Amino acid sequence: MESFEAKSEDVPSLPDHGDAAIAARGLVKTYPKGTRALDGLTFSVRRGAVFGLLGPNGAGKSTAIKILTTLSRPDSGSATVAGIDVLANPQAVRRAIGCVAQRSSVDMPSTGRENLTLQGQLYDLTGHELKSRVSELLERFHLTEAADRVAKTFSGGMQRKLDIAMGLIHHPKVLFLDEPTTGLDPEARADMWNEIARLSQEGLTILLTTHYLEEADRLAERLAIIDRGRVVVEGTPEELKAELKGDSVSIDLFETADEPTVRRAADRTGQVNQVVVDGKAVHARVNHGASALPALLGALESEGVKAASVRLSRPSLDDVYLRYTGRTFEQAEAAQQQGPQGKWGTP
Amino acid sequence: MKQVRHSWYLAQRHIRALLRQPIWIALTLFQPLIWLLLYGQLFKRVVELPGFGATNYITFLTPGIVCMSAMFSSGWTGMGIIRDLDSGVIDRFLVSPASRAAIIAGRLVSLALTIFTQTAILVCIGFVLGARWGGGFAGVAILFACSILLAMPFGALSLAMALAVRKEESLIGAVNFLLLPLTFLSPVFMSPALMPVWIQAVANLNPVNWAVSAARAALVGSGDPAAIALRMALLAAFGVLSATLATSSFRAYQRSV
Repeated sequence: MESFEAKSEDVPSLPDHGDAAIAARGLVKTYPKGTRALDGLTFSVRRGAVFGLLGPNGAGKSTAIKILTTLSRPDSGSATVAGIDVLANPQAVRRAIGCVAQRSSVDMPSTGRENLTLQGQLYDLTGHELKSRVSELLERFHLTEAADRVAKTFSGGMQRKLDIAMGLIHHPKVLFLDEPTTGLDPEARADMWNEIARLSQEGLTILLTTHYLEEADRLAERLAIIDRGRVVVEGTPEELKAELKGDSVSIDLFETADEPTVRRAADRTGQVNQVVVDGKAVHARVNHGASALPALLGALESEGVKAASVRLSRPSLDDVYLRYTGRTFEQAEAAQQQGPQGKWGTP
Repeated sequence: MKQVRHSWYLAQRHIRALLRQPIWIALTLFQPLIWLLLYGQLFKRVVELPGFGATNYITFLTPGIVCMSAMFSSGWTGMGIIRDLDSGVIDRFLVSPASRAAIIAGRLVSLALTIFTQTAILVCIGFVLGARWGGGFAGVAILFACSILLAMPFGALSLAMALAVRKEESLIGAVNFLLLPLTFLSPVFMSPALMPVWIQAVANLNPVNWAVSAARAALVGSGDPAAIALRMALLAAFGVLSATLATSSFRAYQRSV
């Protein structure tokens, strides 16, 4: 068995930050209660790319966004956005970026048009320019009909679109989207994905955080998996999946099994690279599913562990996460919910 | 100037919200009406006390109630910014180029308009109940100025407190805990000449007293203009100080996010 503890040596060497739209170097942030939200976060985003920060709730994604958008300051480390130093020149960064926070930040008692107009005014748009930009964005996000209704009558999807429209009012160079689809129904989510893809085609650099693996896979050109405030691995979704040779096995058990028993069985087959037990579920990575699966089931059976159902699949980002953090995504989320709650943990 | 423009844009948002829910007028006027109508009637004869220095209690009481309600209304200003913190609106402003001072000033501008309206209504009610002031228009104008000058520092302190505690309950506690004693340690209800000596001493440092005394002196029409101006200057200075504190509270807030 290999050990899959994420070590600093596992982090790929850093790409050149020269022409990056976003570059974060060694960001550390500890909250007053002692929660270390960021622990040396380093990554960079190419101009015009959609870059995904993927991780469970509490991994540090939102903290990273807060620092890069000048809302919060790191304890140490540095960052540039659109080539501007975030710590030295926050006011210039603010003009260059658009931000869409994790929860909608629409002013509910105001209408859609009023929300957009005020946002434009804060970026010094005035007169005809402001009016036409507001109409243009309302049109683009299909909000024209609802524009003069107060925002609290909007659906969740509409509020989210208004959020993004506000983030775009001043033609930013870099757009930050903090979990843009959390809390949306599947239809609104698909809609949002199309919108993000369109923004990217128009050449905008987008930093997207998500805890949906599927979302990162679909939207991000490159992504970094972050866990406990550090990047554990970075690459294109395809690269990351390709690093995982072999197949992924998921077994649902009739009864909860204890970890050492399952490990013993897995070791005995000699074909299992990694195994994780999560209650009644066993996740394993194997080189050849066709031969490893019967061996693993047999070994489990002889330990008295009975399988209810079995799934064999090509590796997904979930497996990438497992490979680099040693735990499944669900386990990480659950641990976060039970453990010391970060201030900005769950939405 | 950018900050002035931004303050006005941000103020418009609050003013719109107020106009959409005119019920607030009835709600904020309920308490002062009780004081004027019931308390004013109950203690009507207090002016007969030797040395009170006034002949009609409603004439005496109205500027006091105007200032008292200005202070209480401004105390609740922080509730709005707590809602804005919870809904993420403040964070959105903070990552935009809007100046912090404008975020505070926008709220204070809309507060000033609220207090202006409130004062106008209370002055009319006082007049209907029989209050008459020898100071004429100038006297009433100074009453308006004093109520607004009193509201600014308390509004700003409420915003500063709201940014620090970020909980509605804590703000409600602080407002009730602080503002009622400040009212009774001032000449809102009672002639300063008849107050116990220790309350007189404390009242000298109490902004409510500055506002009420200046307004009353101006309304009577025979007050010392220099003393009135000094008290208004003190209120203005207190206002600037409090607004600066409120603006710098954003730094503390941002350190915690």
